[in-house]
Amino acid sequence: MADETILPDSAGRGEERPPSALARFLDSDLRWSFRRSPLVITAFLVTVLMIGAATFAPWVAPHDPFDLASLDLMDSLLPPAWMEGGDPRYLLGTDDQGRDILSTILYGARISLLVGFLSVILAMLIGVTVGLVAGYAGGVTDAVLMRIADIQLTFPAILIALLVDGVMRGILPPEAHEEVALFVLVLAIALSSWVQYARTVRSSTMVEKRKEYVQAAQVIGLPSARILLRHILPNVMGPVLVIATIQLALAIIIEATLSFLGVGVPPTSPSLGTLIRIGNDYLFSGEWWITVFPGLALIILVLAVNLLGDWLRDVLNPKLR
Amino acid sequence: MLLYIIRRLAQSVLVMLTVALIAFTLFQFVGDPINNMVDQDTSLAERERIRKELGLDDPVIVQFWRFVENAAQGEFGVSYRLKKPVAELIAERFPATLELSIISAILALGIGIPMGVYTALNRERWTAKLFMTLSLVGVSLPTFLIGIFLILIFGVQLRWLPTFGRGEVVDLGWWTTGLLTASGLKSLIMPSITLAVFQMTLIVRLVRAEMLEVLRTDYIRFARARGLRDRAIHFGHALKNTLVPVITIIGLQVGAIIAFAIITESVFQWPGMGLLFVQAISEVDIPVMAAYLMLIALVFVVINLVVDILYVVIDPRLRTES
Amino acid sequence: MQVTGPTTTRAAGSDAPLLEIRDLRVEFPSRRGTVVAAQGVSLTLQPGEILGVVGESGAGKSTVAYATIGLLEPPGRMAAGEIRLGGERIDILPPEAMRRIRGKRIGMVFQDPLTSLDPLMTVEEQLVETMLTHLPISEREAKTRAVELLEQVGIPDAATRVKNYPHQFSGGMRQRVVIALAICCEPEVLLADEPTTALDVSIQAQILDLLKRLVRERGMGMLIITHDMGVIYEITDRVAVMYRSHLVEVGPSDKVLTRPDHPYTRSLIAAVPPPDRRIDRFPLVEYIESAGTATRKLDLASHWLGKARDFGAGDGPLLRLEHLTMRFLTRPSLIPSRRRWMTAVDDVSFDIRPGEVFGLVGESGSGKSTIARIITGLYRPEAGRVIFAGTDMTSLKSRREINRLRRQMQMIFQDPYSSLNPRMKVGDIVAEPIRFHRLAESEAEVRRIVADLLEHVGLGARAALRYPHEFSGGQRQRISIARALATRPRFLVCDEPTSALDVSIQAQILNLLKDLQEELGLTMLFISHDLPVIRQMCDRVGVMQRGKLVELAETETLFEAPQHDYTRHLLALMPRMRAA
Repeated sequence: MADETILPDSAGRGEERPPSALARFLDSDLRWSFRRSPLVITAFLVTVLMIGAATFAPWVAPHDPFDLASLDLMDSLLPPAWMEGGDPRYLLGTDDQGRDILSTILYGARISLLVGFLSVILAMLIGVTVGLVAGYAGGVTDAVLMRIADIQLTFPAILIALLVDGVMRGILPPEAHEEVALFVLVLAIALSSWVQYARTVRSSTMVEKRKEYVQAAQVIGLPSARILLRHILPNVMGPVLVIATIQLALAIIIEATLSFLGVGVPPTSPSLGTLIRIGNDYLFSGEWWITVFPGLALIILVLAVNLLGDWLRDVLNPKLR
Repeated sequence: MLLYIIRRLAQSVLVMLTVALIAFTLFQFVGDPINNMVDQDTSLAERERIRKELGLDDPVIVQFWRFVENAAQGEFGVSYRLKKPVAELIAERFPATLELSIISAILALGIGIPMGVYTALNRERWTAKLFMTLSLVGVSLPTFLIGIFLILIFGVQLRWLPTFGRGEVVDLGWWTTGLLTASGLKSLIMPSITLAVFQMTLIVRLVRAEMLEVLRTDYIRFARARGLRDRAIHFGHALKNTLVPVITIIGLQVGAIIAFAIITESVFQWPGMGLLFVQAISEVDIPVMAAYLMLIALVFVVINLVVDILYVVIDPRLRTES
Repeated sequence: MQVTGPTTTRAAGSDAPLLEIRDLRVEFPSRRGTVVAAQGVSLTLQPGEILGVVGESGAGKSTVAYATIGLLEPPGRMAAGEIRLGGERIDILPPEAMRRIRGKRIGMVFQDPLTSLDPLMTVEEQLVETMLTHLPISEREAKTRAVELLEQVGIPDAATRVKNYPHQFSGGMRQRVVIALAICCEPEVLLADEPTTALDVSIQAQILDLLKRLVRERGMGMLIITHDMGVIYEITDRVAVMYRSHLVEVGPSDKVLTRPDHPYTRSLIAAVPPPDRRIDRFPLVEYIESAGTATRKLDLASHWLGKARDFGAGDGPLLRLEHLTMRFLTRPSLIPSRRRWMTAVDDVSFDIRPGEVFGLVGESGSGKSTIARIITGLYRPEAGRVIFAGTDMTSLKSRREINRLRRQMQMIFQDPYSSLNPRMKVGDIVAEPIRFHRLAESEAEVRRIVADLLEHVGLGARAALRYPHEFSGGQRQRISIARALATRPRFLVCDEPTSALDVSIQAQILNLLKDLQEELGLTMLFISHDLPVIRQMCDRVGVMQRGKLVELAETETLFEAPQHDYTRHLLALMPRMRAA
């Protein structure tokens, strides 16, 4: 509880300029806690680096693994450069078709991140909308929407994603499936994870709705849509960002898992999961690098994002510290 | 209280019907079942006859009701892919999945809950911080990668443990178990660890968060102000109150284990339902997909019902409501 | 050295006071430097004595209690000073020894009875557990004593009730259970941190009586922490006044309340609204917050707030409520017969005349806030009509019509911390109604009006660029008032506008409301549970009890010659503290 007297009043500090948005950020708890944790800084740098390297894969990668002309079967199944028989041109070795592992990882991470971001955005759109409407309207609307969410939550994301993918396979002809596989995947992951957002947003909306500033807006006469978007939405976004970060990690895992199970992205544009799946076949013949390096890349990426999400949750929800 | 249970039961039936509707819709809109039963050269008239025979020209609601009736009796038709009755296929594979899941659940709960309590009570200690960091690594490890790395280390490099299958199983007539033979038990080690890790780390973090929340409540402060011993406060008051919210989630997690078995079974070629399901998905084998879906839903509903009853046992506020 | 009971300790400690706090300093290190929550605090407590610690929020009163019992929330720590119990220093004891003292020799009662008890354990289990921890008795004896204790704290049918869980007790009864738990091992010292703040007025009086009786019967020493001068007046022997973590005055209660030495104490007491007479204005507590009220008078003829006020004279009441009834569903069910309802407002009718301040008074749950929300359109009544300026609001369909009337009535809410959107700048908060109702020609005019309004409620135009969290509770309530004025209303609903504020801030806000009401000729519905405040503010008063309007009279008539039993009951509970 703040002491009445410590806070600035008009007489004392009236002439001072209020701090700008940037100044407020620089002075925020967020930045303070960020700078105090080397682990979080590392995670942040790793995330930025990996996102950057993946986004600019065509320029960063030493080879273009999908340029068939440049592939040479003579170079296939080479071990990493530092091992006996390794080739300095291929730092992390090559796969069965002679593709550079490092390059396929960069291109693969690109697909993984693309699916991850798209599905998080889609799930967030669905979830936040449902949560806002259910929480604000209450009554039957709320009951119906939340029943659907409950039933959906009963099933793990991976199962729902598998199912959506299976259904799409049944509906679409095989040729078409190849082309839209990526979007089917995004849809499947989004449909399996929107509930998290919806439930969180709904419960914070219900809390905010009872707060007097919302009633004040109602007394002024503002229409519901305006109250929802202008007053409630900004106040419920904090936890949504935390969930989005954690869900990004989860979405990358789900995508990798689906691709590993062979129902994700087609092998023509492999993601990290597909690479691991391909490599898995060579596990017993000793070519471990084909699996292990994409696997490590996946773990490092997910771990870095999770660390950031965990830290964000701690800072934005000081109750949990 | 009885009313509470009845209401929960009614909700469970509703959930089952919803899932049945989804499964039924699969049959309706995904592929034509006739195509999957007949040869290329079956005449149109013949197809019509089968269609009539199967009641596929009845009103949708009648067909749905027939589907529910059959499902309730465990009757889901014949697998498109394996041309065997689905019920038979599931019955063959159910024991493998259940044994794997139960062992993993015991691992996840038995290690997860004490570790969560420990990290909440000693959160400034370095061991607790280490556990928390490890649990974050655990959440970040995709299940299939854990399996692959375990296979690589203990199966391929060290050659200590078998890398696929259930090993020798004992057939008890209605059940096949791997728990009674040495090779069966050895085969269980890696898959069950693989399956348990993710759930375990989730449980650690959840128990810790809830427990910290409870430790901040007024009644814990009041208990301290009355000079109660730390042990009584932590395990008598705090842990008991922590369990109330934790039980629901743990119920969901135990259910999730069965679903996550899909991945583990694929990695270790474990002959369970999950493997069957994944194969069914890639081949669009609708009867198997539908049956698996219904079965998983049933397991979840039963677990949730048990959780609801546990709630009433633990929380007096629910007992006296009615 | 095992101490068996209070009496022996006192003999051993000879002339040392029961509890002595000497030069206490408590620090909370934080990233923005160390916050000193208490400094140089010295207090003594004798057996059988009730010592009150009074002060406004953030003054450091609770910190003193938590330091005494050794339960400062980390990172808070005692930086200096000592605490002696019966002459023996306890602040340097190892944790285990201190634990043995807690509950056994020092008991503590917390503010909120609803959250102080473990919801999963019966009252008996909690009492027995506490006694077995500290006393060498058997479980059977402990159970017998548990029932006796419940009887002593005034819980009827104690033998059966002891088996109940906390949620089966009402708030007041739960506080009795909490007290039973605090005294079950016969402590010498009882610390009570705002023990009645969360309770209704009539329950408050009962709990204070109980505490007083227990202290006298058992010869305990009690340290009671409160922000409420009424509590100090009712039960304390001596009082210590805290201000900004310092102790400014200690002395016998009658002396401090009637002839305070320190200027802060003087202004604090002056700010308490006198229950027994009506004063023109509240004395301003300049010692506390320099943010003054409006400096210059408004000239309505030329001022923006005076524009478009030709609402049409009309000689009837401005607002008329006819047979208003409202029920809330407390147990929803698909089967209508299983639904349970709570009648919040039960056939209430009254008029509010133009230009008057109409008060509604009652305890929590009496339905007064529900009426405010029905009038402002937040709730739809189940039956009855709300007639505003001759128009039946309840029958209006067109949005435009509703908005036209809504603009004329605004509301000021209770909680200054939740009534402002934390993500909007103050300027936007105040400008929103102006923009929405298109009350200004241009954006420049909007900004001019906002600046003027903020100036007028005593905040200054600069406030527009800041966010609500940068302001204190009293300042936020001023922002709320500016927002309410921004629609140029003629009718203002104030729902407990000062009950979340410290008494000195309350005086300022009440003065501001009074000034505005006079200057703008506003009509007001003023809702409060605080009778002295009602007396100062209102022309006529309605008394609500369980949804019904039980009495309605001119303010002075109501206070001097109450007709209804319930009104008399409420008036009897009013603290009779006399200001100097």
